Amino acid sequence: MRSSAMRDLMEITARPEVISLAGGLPDTSSFPPETFAAITGKIARQSCASALQYGPTEGFTQTKECIVEVMAAEGMRTDVDDIVVTTGGQQVIDLVTKTLIDPGDVVICEAPTYPGAVPTFSSYEADVIQIEMDSDGMRVDLLEETLERLDHEQRRPKFIYTVPTFQNPAGVTLSAPRRKRLVEIAHERELLVLEDNPYGLLRYEGEPLAPLYALDGGEYVMYLGTFSKILSPGIRLGWVTAPGPVLSKIKLGKQAADLCSSSLAQQFVELYFEEGRWRHYVQDLCGVYRQRRDAMLDALAEFFPHEAQWTQPSGGLFIWATLPDFIDTGDLLAKALREERVAFVPGSAAYVDGRGGSSMRLNFSGADVDGIVEGIRRIGKVVNEQIALFSTFAGPERRTGDDRRQASTRPAAPEDTTPLADVVELPRRGGERRAQGS
Amino acid sequence: MTPRRVALLRGGPSLERQVSLRSAARVEDALERLGIDFVSIDVGRSLVDDLRASEADVAFVALHGRGGEDGTVQELLEIVGMPYTGSGVLGCMRCMDKVLTKHMLLEEGLPTPDFFAFSEIAFKELGAGEALPAIEERLGFPVVVKPAAQGSALGIKFARSADDVPEALIAAFSYDDRVLLERHVEGRELAVSLLEDESGVRALPVVEAKPEQEYFYDFEARYEIGKTEFLCPADLPDDVTARAHDLAVSVFRLLGCYGFARVDMILSESDELQVLEAQAIPGLTETSLLPQAAEAAGIRFEQLVERMLEQALARSTAPATAG
Repeated sequence: MRSSAMRDLMEITARPEVISLAGGLPDTSSFPPETFAAITGKIARQSCASALQYGPTEGFTQTKECIVEVMAAEGMRTDVDDIVVTTGGQQVIDLVTKTLIDPGDVVICEAPTYPGAVPTFSSYEADVIQIEMDSDGMRVDLLEETLERLDHEQRRPKFIYTVPTFQNPAGVTLSAPRRKRLVEIAHERELLVLEDNPYGLLRYEGEPLAPLYALDGGEYVMYLGTFSKILSPGIRLGWVTAPGPVLSKIKLGKQAADLCSSSLAQQFVELYFEEGRWRHYVQDLCGVYRQRRDAMLDALAEFFPHEAQWTQPSGGLFIWATLPDFIDTGDLLAKALREERVAFVPGSAAYVDGRGGSSMRLNFSGADVDGIVEGIRRIGKVVNEQIALFSTFAGPERRTGDDRRQASTRPAAPEDTTPLADVVELPRRGGERRAQGS
Repeated sequence: MTPRRVALLRGGPSLERQVSLRSAARVEDALERLGIDFVSIDVGRSLVDDLRASEADVAFVALHGRGGEDGTVQELLEIVGMPYTGSGVLGCMRCMDKVLTKHMLLEEGLPTPDFFAFSEIAFKELGAGEALPAIEERLGFPVVVKPAAQGSALGIKFARSADDVPEALIAAFSYDDRVLLERHVEGRELAVSLLEDESGVRALPVVEAKPEQEYFYDFEARYEIGKTEFLCPADLPDDVTARAHDLAVSVFRLLGCYGFARVDMILSESDELQVLEAQAIPGLTETSLLPQAAEAAGIRFEQLVERMLEQALARSTAPATAG
């Protein structure tokens, strides 16, 4: 589907009558209004004038101390001087790309990648190369092959963009051995990596893995953090740490973009952290999201057809589901909106090359359990209708194509304990694949 | 006759909501420049109440797609008794339904590419799938697969071989429960906009859509800005322009359109014109074809809006008109 039509459809997903599993919205309804009132009251009494004033481009030291604390909670050591406070994590992607990319330069990222990064990379005319993932995250072996190939072409990627933990959109996590190897590759080849980690603290089971930044010590790994998922996306605060020369350029870029991030929002964070309950709030959120994730997984098992497959995230906000390849999820979204008033993100938004057409991103943090179950039921309904309809097209000479399709589609079994190796390794678009096979 | 106050209908829940909002934004600017009082109504559950409360004497229907362009809103406007821009209920229904349009064209002896149309029920309950090979043989490849009722290019797929057909059908059925399979006619894509005034209906200069060569087989990319070049007036021999104009006027009358419309056609390599479809409420955005054609005829956008409103009021005072 053309991108402008897709944008138009995505606008409709925000309509009030639609159950949207499309957004990436955290649940802000559980944040105590009394806390909000107490903090803003305190700002009014203690620091009204400075909250209303410009601040330093790199951010307030007190805010950066909170950031040091958040990073320490995931085993990272950093210094306030290495941090620049930004207007959300999205600004980091923009500033890093602006700083490092000239038109035609190579950026490497995952396939699928964060849909919000795609327009940023495109707007700076980066040549985006996407590396396949499996249930252990980015295939580092394929990354090395790609880097070799680029070497031969005498092209050097400017940076590798990755969401290693509870990836958006796939929900998978880069395994410990691959983390180690990725950092080694960065050192061997002197390559910068941008680690985007909005969800690391939203873990619902299992032991945390060390962030790339902790493994690397900040030498080649630039780190993107955000308060959006652990406090609020409305305060629009994120941060970046990067090697000195890159950080200076980022500061210059930020000065040009917006001078500084909101002083009011930074003071809000500072006073909120002073209370010392931020980790409890994150724990509360984890409890809520765990329940919602489980509800979505159960609903998928109940309402999605056996031809569908999906990931089993241990944290974060997203599940990535893949349907039979004759279904284009962009067109399916039109049907889902029109007939069932339900929305998801079509998979092609997470690719730069038109792949992902049969996949979808499902968010489980923004709707409550009832909404999630009903939303998945509705999506399952339209998917099942399309599959039933497709089966009526198959005349004798078409059935060979159908068999081939089924052979290539691993039956989804949520209880299946084998690694989900091919879950996010997406087939190319149906037409091309059939052409190769015949 | 000048309107006292205009109810500008926009948005709504259709898939073409955003296009409608862009059309309406431009109409709002025009109304402001014309000094005409108006109230904007985002079409929803309270439409009837909103219309009654608007105290408007005419409605400008800047809606596209299902609900707004298929006769539904027009029916409500008839019930409320408010005159409105563009075609009436029946004209809208005939344009929105591409299958009905094509059957009427055939019956009238007007040229349109060969086609077959099916409902979901035909496949699910009547085994239409078994007929697909025969259809493909009759039409030949490539085949264009379209939803019967979808105003924009959404859901239109191009099947190069039998292997592509099932996927294309699934896509088209995402937008409607009826689809049509149409023979692809190679040729130049022309759009003829029509505008009616007291002296009758008049065809505006022809617009030609020229997709970049590499996108030739990608219908979706054809409408992406920058991938398609629009030429107005199209570089055509006078006799072809005259034939295109006559054909468009015939289609306008046949379908019972009123006020304005746009007829899309193909000029085949053998110099024949073939009608693809008619739009009862063509887009009015910055890049839309009707305003471009009007501009080429020396009609500024404000004048276009003014004429549309005048026609709406003229119909309300005239004896009942067709459609």
